[in-house]
Amino acid sequence: MAKPDVNPAIQDGGAHGFLSPAAGFRPGVVSRVSTALKEGQVSPTELCQRCLSLIKATKFLNAYITVTEDTALRQAEESEKRYRRGQSLGDLDGIPVAVKDNFSTTGIETTCASNMLKGYIPPYSATVVQKLLDQGAVLIGKTNLDEFAMGSGSTDGIFGPVRNPWSYSKQYREKCGQNSHLENEDSSWLITGGSSGGSAAAVSSFTCFAALGSDTGGSTRNPAAHCGVVGLKPTYGLVSRHGLIPLVNSMDVPGILTRCVDDAATVLGVLAGHDPKDSTTVQDPFNPFKLPSVIDVSKLCIGIPKEYHIPGLSSETLAVWSKAADLFENAGARVIEVSLPHTCYSIVCYHVLCTAEVASNMARFDGLEYGHRSNMDKSTESMYAATRREGFNDVVRGRILSGNYFLLKQNYEKYFIKAQKVRRLIANDFVNVFSSGVDVLLTPTTLRDAVPYVEFIKEDNRTRSAQDDIFTQAANMSGLPAVSIPTALSEKGLPIGLQFVGRAFQELQLLTVAKWFEKQAKFPILQLQEMLDHADALSHQKISLSS
Amino acid sequence: MTGLALSCSINKKSLFDRKHYFYADLPAGYQITQQRLPIAVNGNLSYTLYVGAKQSQMVTKNVRIKQIQLEQDSGKSLHNDARSQTFIDLNRAGVGLMEVVMEPDMCCGEEAAAAVRELQLILQTLGSSQAIMAEGQLRVDANVSVRHPGEPYGVRTEVKNINSLRFLARAVDYEIQRQIEELENGGTILNETRAFDYKLGCTIPMRDKEGKQDYRFMPEPNLPPLILYDAKSLPANIDDQQVVNIDWIQERLPDLPSVKRARLVEQYGILPEHSFTLLNEDGLMELFEDVVRKTQMNPKKVIGWVISELLGHLKQYDLTVKESPVNSVSLADLLNLLERGVISSSAAKQVLEELWKGEGKTPLQIVKEKRLELIQNQRELDQICQAVMEGHQEEVMEIKAGNKKVLNKLIGLVQRATQRRADPILVKQILEKKLSQ
Repeated sequence: MAKPDVNPAIQDGGAHGFLSPAAGFRPGVVSRVSTALKEGQVSPTELCQRCLSLIKATKFLNAYITVTEDTALRQAEESEKRYRRGQSLGDLDGIPVAVKDNFSTTGIETTCASNMLKGYIPPYSATVVQKLLDQGAVLIGKTNLDEFAMGSGSTDGIFGPVRNPWSYSKQYREKCGQNSHLENEDSSWLITGGSSGGSAAAVSSFTCFAALGSDTGGSTRNPAAHCGVVGLKPTYGLVSRHGLIPLVNSMDVPGILTRCVDDAATVLGVLAGHDPKDSTTVQDPFNPFKLPSVIDVSKLCIGIPKEYHIPGLSSETLAVWSKAADLFENAGARVIEVSLPHTCYSIVCYHVLCTAEVASNMARFDGLEYGHRSNMDKSTESMYAATRREGFNDVVRGRILSGNYFLLKQNYEKYFIKAQKVRRLIANDFVNVFSSGVDVLLTPTTLRDAVPYVEFIKEDNRTRSAQDDIFTQAANMSGLPAVSIPTALSEKGLPIGLQFVGRAFQELQLLTVAKWFEKQAKFPILQLQEMLDHADALSHQKISLSS
Repeated sequence: MTGLALSCSINKKSLFDRKHYFYADLPAGYQITQQRLPIAVNGNLSYTLYVGAKQSQMVTKNVRIKQIQLEQDSGKSLHNDARSQTFIDLNRAGVGLMEVVMEPDMCCGEEAAAAVRELQLILQTLGSSQAIMAEGQLRVDANVSVRHPGEPYGVRTEVKNINSLRFLARAVDYEIQRQIEELENGGTILNETRAFDYKLGCTIPMRDKEGKQDYRFMPEPNLPPLILYDAKSLPANIDDQQVVNIDWIQERLPDLPSVKRARLVEQYGILPEHSFTLLNEDGLMELFEDVVRKTQMNPKKVIGWVISELLGHLKQYDLTVKESPVNSVSLADLLNLLERGVISSSAAKQVLEELWKGEGKTPLQIVKEKRLELIQNQRELDQICQAVMEGHQEEVMEIKAGNKKVLNKLIGLVQRATQRRADPILVKQILEKKLSQ
């Protein structure tokens, strides 16, 4: 297989090559590509084709469930016509994007990585998907995830696990003393984190410029941190959930994964706003914003929650977190320790509320109207039972059972109501901190850098989720916006991300701070070429690519 | 609107819940309803019954409204037992419904039917619903229990599959009877759901609920609390179109049936029973008032024509008021002719029969065609009476001798001679005058 002709400068959006790998800073990737498209330096079709061939070359990452080659090329062609007429729809016109496979897309299979929905073709598109398409974005494919978005590794879907592109990076391989030989290759690859691992890997490996994920307990921010990309969780109620196959209605939000903070702001500008089809979106009008290029953080107050300094936190991540705090302080910001006293209860509280809503949301999968239906036909009841056993994996079934238990009449007060009250307390912790003068919180996103798959699967999904969600889930409980920014490489040469949590609906402030930090951090670009060499070698060796 | 019309307290904040169970016609696996806090509570519905030997006495009764809640409809299941198949029609699944829950204040099928009838009229007046039971726009489930006076309420059964007011009365009465017999034979009543079989006129047990089902109620996370405002609580800068103002709605409520009936009685001097009939038939009240406006005839006489004659004909031919071949204009014209003495009452009935054919003729045209005009010429009448008297001396003698009944025979003879074109009252006067001479 011939290596695809990839121009890293174009893939990075640096049409004028001002981005050197050493500098590592890429402001406004999408807007630069957009400019290149407008000026005719590259055409939407070319861009689309490059992404498609790169997807083929990186197939071993297993980031995509469906690659929508035909529709993407058609969309690219339409975009090209618009550019030629000088009538581009905006910054996203002609830009390849990917969408996590738990968003409904008209006419395109949507599986949630589950047998229950294998072969399911939705008759409508999620609002956020439609908004992207209305702006002329080119939908390049549906990305892989943990089944029904339940998990923190993107390892538990029926299409197999997603591989972290950094497993094949020059940075990682050099640090780990790996050479180009393949001896332990297949057993040492790393997880992406989850559950939006496919989307994170897709953005990270340059096969698209932005991707939609979902975030219920950290599912966008976690893989963003592990894959070295920006992962934004907007305020609950800002972005429509219509068409996002629900996990926990009171916590889910569509997440945005991009290569830089400016891009996240661009995509948010397209997606945010009231949707009559989602009664939980706020009515207030949303004004899309562009982030300032000159940012002064000296007037800011950054809060460091002391309860997030836990034993499980790796020393490297702790060091990076510290260094970041110092960075703000040196720039004149006020950096103070704050307390979120109910943090220790959040895992259990999250577990009760999450499983209860999951049990409710999964009740619709009965095999009658759509999706998998078992052949068992002795009675309707037995058909339901067999369908749901065959259609759902252990993780999903476990959560359904737990959730139903908590919702039983005799347990409702003790568990569900109690958890609602604790949730209120957790949310109030943030309210108190933000009303005491703190503008933004700075925390780690994950406990450590990405681990190898073989190590990750030693613990079960529930254990892993409980561990890995610890820094991220509070933002879902309280509905606040949060963003993970790739900060530095670990000793192994793997990405470490830090999280900023902002005030409700203050995405402008949150992303402004994040952008400043991104500029300071100068996180390096993933060295792509190595990965393609690997792909070449792999294909020659005809190694099986399933997990 | 319905809550206000039923004198309920409107909850300015109400909540939505999910009620979970698995059934083929429930695609989401749960129904959204208002279990914790419904939109309206504690109301009242007054209705009337005809009681007594001849069903002529009107009695007013009351049933308390426990609550009104908003919820989702399920789909429809159609069973084909022959092939062990069930067909599911999901067209109505998810559509919003209003459930009105009444307290057990009714004692028999007749009361139930009357209460529901009044509710139907109210819903139709408000425009909340057409409430046609046969078309499933109003669905009624009856909860029936029996007990000895003074004892607490007995175990209740729920009776479904009732498609008309008549079947409602029958189903309730059957179930009462069944339960009494069951208990008197030493049996017990199960808290179950039964279906009304309209062909057999009885209730049969339906799907078995396996003891008590736990619906695992949970707040509906996708629907925030429903907030309604009144004039006092309305926030200042809010868009009128975005909120529901209870006071605004209250001001605009149309006259409820009971108010309309009272007004009709007061304004036109008709009997209360008449007002019920006018409201019971769709469009009849409007027709009546229209005719009254267009004619000089006393409304108390008009009502007779509208109910006995017009409505009588409609019932005979199974037509609605809208489908009537005789409209208010024709009827008013006809009654005017009668009122002015141009025709007699029996002639008017003849004209109505002709009008009913719907050939587009006016009453006046028909009168002329059929030569139904009363003889107006006094002298002509006088001569005819005279002639009849002269031709029937025997009868004249009898009347003069004191047998007044024979006068009717003479009147009849005059009618025959005039081909019924003589006003019988006038004829009687003329004859009496002559006889006393």
